[in-house]
Amino acid sequence: MELIARERLLGWLRRGLPLVDRPYRAVAEDIGATEDDVIAEIARLTETGAVSRFGVIVDHQALGYTSNAMVVWDIPDDVVDAAGERLAGCRGVSLCYQRPRRGAEWPYNLFTMIHGRDPDEVARCVEALAESCGLTGVRRELLFTVRRFKQTAPCYGARRA
Amino acid sequence: MELDATDRALLNRLQDGIPLVDRPFAAVGEELGLSEDAVLARVAAMKGAGVLSRFGPMFHAERMGGGLTLAAMAVPAEDFDRVAGQVNAFPEVAHNYAREHALNMWFVVATETPERVAAVCAAIEERTGLPVYPFPKLAEYYLNLRFKA
Repeated sequence: MELIARERLLGWLRRGLPLVDRPYRAVAEDIGATEDDVIAEIARLTETGAVSRFGVIVDHQALGYTSNAMVVWDIPDDVVDAAGERLAGCRGVSLCYQRPRRGAEWPYNLFTMIHGRDPDEVARCVEALAESCGLTGVRRELLFTVRRFKQTAPCYGARRA
Repeated sequence: MELDATDRALLNRLQDGIPLVDRPFAAVGEELGLSEDAVLARVAAMKGAGVLSRFGPMFHAERMGGGLTLAAMAVPAEDFDRVAGQVNAFPEVAHNYAREHALNMWFVVATETPERVAAVCAAIEERTGLPVYPFPKLAEYYLNLRFKA
């Protein structure tokens, strides 16, 4: 696929493809490519790992997951990988990353996102996670989302892909 | 919008992936015993209601050649709306949330190149007059943004 067509395809992928019977043909017509080209290029991006899970993105708040917290943990450095692996994939956890600490005011190095239908459900989930992962003695904080200002698809690296 | 059992099954199925065939919604409909028209009508309704936000991929920042970081600021309550407006005006800011903490504003900075992340954080500091604390990912243990409908 030509570079210009590829850039325009990336624009469509970020904004979202049309929900029509032949979405790849609709995009192809717009960018001056063939339907097969579009399908092949999306397949290529998936195979290289540049994109994952080519499907639909849902709004979890609209689905009823209205209580969302970033839960941060202060895990000793030598066991942070093990703790991260244990928290990964536990029910209610959508993300689990190690990030840097920031001095005494921010001793936390493991970040998780926990989602529930109300704050109590989130709090109970965190308690259960701590129990099952052996982290009850670990300092942690729950940072509930109070407002969402912006949620768009990030547009990183588009020109170089 | 009240989702019925069919909407939920469809939403769960579509989060797993949409096939790369010329009529993807016909293919998904066949799996679920729905016509292509029925699938399209349901996804249009869910898109209209905001339950379904986008038909497309999740991008992998690093493999796309881009830069990405989570960043936080401690914003005085009386300045919060002004600062939120200034931060959100940056096209590189993809997500922005108010959270309960001294660090009360948390956002994602996504840039075309890894080198640009620091420049954008510096520009946000200059525009808002407040320090920006970057929290780049050091290790990824899990990321799965599927939500059971």
